[in-house]
Amino acid sequence: MKKFIIAVSAIAFATTAAFADVIADRKAVMKENGKQVGVLVKMVQGEADFDAAAVMAALTRLNENVQAIDVAASFPPGSDKGDTTASPKIWEDMAGFQAAVDKFKAVTAEAAAAPAQDLEALKPQVAAIGQSCSSCHEAFRIKKG
Amino acid sequence: MNLPGKLAVAAVIAAGVGGLAFWYLTEPARMDAETAAALETGDAARGERIFWAGGCTSCHAKPKSEGEARLQLVGGVQLKTQFGTFVAPNISQDVNDGIGEWSEEDFANAMLKGVSPSGDHYYPAFPYASYARMRPEDVSDLYAFMKTLPAVAGRAPDHTLSFPFSFRRGIGLWKLLYVSKNPVIAMPEGTPENVLLGRYLVEGPGHCGECHTPRSITGGADKGRWLAGAVAAEGRGVIPNITSGEGGLGGWSEGDIASFLETGFTPDFDSVGGSMVEVQKNIAQLTPDDRAAIAAYLKAVPPRPNGYPARQPSN
Repeated sequence: MKKFIIAVSAIAFATTAAFADVIADRKAVMKENGKQVGVLVKMVQGEADFDAAAVMAALTRLNENVQAIDVAASFPPGSDKGDTTASPKIWEDMAGFQAAVDKFKAVTAEAAAAPAQDLEALKPQVAAIGQSCSSCHEAFRIKKG
Repeated sequence: MNLPGKLAVAAVIAAGVGGLAFWYLTEPARMDAETAAALETGDAARGERIFWAGGCTSCHAKPKSEGEARLQLVGGVQLKTQFGTFVAPNISQDVNDGIGEWSEEDFANAMLKGVSPSGDHYYPAFPYASYARMRPEDVSDLYAFMKTLPAVAGRAPDHTLSFPFSFRRGIGLWKLLYVSKNPVIAMPEGTPENVLLGRYLVEGPGHCGECHTPRSITGGADKGRWLAGAVAAEGRGVIPNITSGEGGLGGWSEGDIASFLETGFTPDFDSVGGSMVEVQKNIAQLTPDDRAAIAAYLKAVPPRPNGYPARQPSN
């Protein structure tokens, strides 16, 4: 019995530790996305001058990041526990979550394929990307205390 | 009469007096005649601003509507709370299912007094505890704007509430405690105009405190922890602290707050999430001056630590 408890605890600990990595990786991807989006938003807000090369670099990097998202690998069942704001709804509605991620992939791919050449063209690209961010964060993220 | 008999009579009298007092105190009160008479014909163009500030679409548009469809106020959003499930009704101009037949006075009584045209209390899921602080002229303008919106047929299902919350008359007592047209945060003489405007927008039409302020056990806003964040009354998780206290917006400048309300991006370029997504879309329709005023007020409210418990390590 004792051995059994130790074994179960070890497994539980191992899974928590494994999810800690998954969760840390998810956060790193989000942080990096935010950094690239930040380059674009600053231009739209007039805090930075429009720079076509910087736009292309940011969109390219963002798109690489986003295309690499693998829902099954990054959101294994049970990884809503831990230091994460992922909502349990991800696992309750995996198809809906996957669809939202796919939409995000399509939006960033489209923007990266035709990076804005001037500020006016950048605005709708940033708006579309921002809307993908928030529509997913609306349904699939919760703030915890 | 023997003693038990006397006691019984006394009890009956007490119950009767109590019942009468309850009935008297919980009477749904419409606006006084003077306020009603002072209502003027509103201006639809000005009313559009109030419409977005008030966030009517967040609950009254059909769930998941985008673009123009958000102006079809057919209702149907469900708020699942500890009291039961509230369903937002149709407030489109449909004469049968919506509010197409309402007079301006009916509308003002709903907004400012939480009383329906038939004289019943509304449940405070409809945030009249905030709207009660609105200027009657803004309510008139809003009425005029809503008259320009489409009539959409369709009746949302009724609320499903548990006893005693299913008993509407009791809301009268709740109103005595929590509904007032006075501002929550007193501001000294000489407070800048934009802070006062921000206070009006946040405490009144914007009804930010309905989610961002913790509630007491009886379901009213805990004004000592105004805007300090709260466990979500509906759905999961918590609603952020938007005071400058620990855990709140202390690190955000007024510009950061205004920019977030306009674009939906935080200072570190995270995006808006949860039920704030709909709110931010609405506030983005206001003028930069209105958003700056909201930001100025939020920086002026008393800083409070988070109004929700810290996260348990296992969650």
